[in-house]
Amino acid sequence: MNNGMTLRGGWNVAYNYAVGTTGKKFFDTLIEKKIIATKCSKCGLVVLPPRSFCERCFVPAEEWVEVGKEGTIQAFTIVPVKFESLPDPPYAIAYVLLDGADTALVNFVRNVDLADLNNAAKQLAIGRRVRVVFEKRRKGTINDFHYELIEPEQAKRQRLKK
Amino acid sequence: MKTKAAIVGVGQTHYKSYHNYTLPELSMQAAVAALDDAGMTINDIDAVVYSMGPSEFLGVNEPDKWCVDAAGGRDNPFMRIHTGGATGLSAAQAGFHHVAAGLFDAVLVVGADKVRECIDSQQVLNTIWDPLYERQFGLTTITMAAFQAVRHMYRYGTKEEQMALVAVRSWGNACNNPVAHLKGHITVDDVMTSPYYCWPVKKYDMCPSSAGGAAIVIVSKKKAMKLSTRPAWIRGCSEVANTVFLGDQMGGRSEMDFADSDILAMAAKAAYSQAGIRNPAKEIQVAELYAPFTVCELSMVEALGFCRKGESGRLNEEGFFNMNGGIAVNPSGGTLCANAIAITALARVCDGALQVMGKAPPKMQVKNVRNAVCTGEGGSFQFHAVMVLSADYY
Repeated sequence: MNNGMTLRGGWNVAYNYAVGTTGKKFFDTLIEKKIIATKCSKCGLVVLPPRSFCERCFVPAEEWVEVGKEGTIQAFTIVPVKFESLPDPPYAIAYVLLDGADTALVNFVRNVDLADLNNAAKQLAIGRRVRVVFEKRRKGTINDFHYELIEPEQAKRQRLKK
Repeated sequence: MKTKAAIVGVGQTHYKSYHNYTLPELSMQAAVAALDDAGMTINDIDAVVYSMGPSEFLGVNEPDKWCVDAAGGRDNPFMRIHTGGATGLSAAQAGFHHVAAGLFDAVLVVGADKVRECIDSQQVLNTIWDPLYERQFGLTTITMAAFQAVRHMYRYGTKEEQMALVAVRSWGNACNNPVAHLKGHITVDDVMTSPYYCWPVKKYDMCPSSAGGAAIVIVSKKKAMKLSTRPAWIRGCSEVANTVFLGDQMGGRSEMDFADSDILAMAAKAAYSQAGIRNPAKEIQVAELYAPFTVCELSMVEALGFCRKGESGRLNEEGFFNMNGGIAVNPSGGTLCANAIAITALARVCDGALQVMGKAPPKMQVKNVRNAVCTGEGGSFQFHAVMVLSADYY
């Protein structure tokens, strides 16, 4: 290292993050296989992840609405490299606008073959429809569900023909 | 404002992966270089703004405390500014406001960073996102750039090759900058065949993790007239912030699109208005932009009003942003060629000031510069800061 000397060190600090009452309600509802979003009673914006305040109107967001279990990809990426303490590659993640929500929510997209990145990117295109798939065992965390691509009807018919 | 203010001295160390100097040592080297450039000593300084981003890259808690003496803070008013990647420009803004408000005659803005001493900077950067809802999905600043890239490609038909060309130009420009970390004559093919880190972002689409220090001296009009025949007048400065949640800027009823740097456009509008700039594409000759990924630059030049949304890829191919083009973007090589995060936006101010003062290294100097725009971007692409520097007294 540049003929210099270095001294190895590190930080290892543990935390207990407060979930908050809004977060608790959202996570409790995930266990029941439902995704609920907060709604601003002033501007009506339906927001995910849920917020206890409407950040635009600056008033409490006191309403809850259930959003759809399908949605549309707004942005995506595929990560083929390993980063320290981050998920093992390759993985695909996407921001999805769930039906009825006004903001996009990020999660893994699990049913895409990631062997060829450019091919996988074509499948994950913006505008593609995905569905929410709940895990069998749910713990009340954001990892209680993931997304899967909904196969377009045409592709499905072609596959079945073969 | 009580008084006009100008930059009369700039200093930068070399940028590289590792420095054999400690953080205080790098800070002091930059501070001394800026003071020398201004023809001043530390005794002429009335207050110090320390430009320090996240502590976690260094593994030293609140590193500004470690660096007070080395930054010239002893017996002086001293404050740290931190807005992530935008830190350096926010620190310059604080220094500017101190002087413009008439509180101090001479302020030193200084900082340093050593990003590579952290074994994996993306482990740290992942923790800027919400611990309940977002961190779990391996978000990094590279995934953030990938989201912007796919949206820019979707909305405007931007091609990976057009992004690659940003890296080619930046690396080429950096050959003229003695302090740049990365430089060389690379090709679009080199970028296109470099490995994907987060599709469609490839190795050469990304900035390096650098170590280095930077500093500027800002003084009041009265002092500037005495010290320098051609100071860089600070004619406009603004910063605007936005949510950490990227998904709030996509689809639905979003007021903005993550493809566009709309927050930067807001900050630029305010800074241009202060500077009296009506047509940025005609009145600005140099832009030093905090664009840590190639797509960011394409999005930013649109937000800065150099062209319409979606036009930057084509204009870049036509050479509009080259050294001898309509607006020279990142003559220094910019953030793609050196990123010591805490001071990268301050380096943009240094390099913009050098252009305005006519003191850039010979091949890096753009001809007939009257106005330069410098930017900083931080957090989840959520802090955007803009400074307009001018050769002309107003």
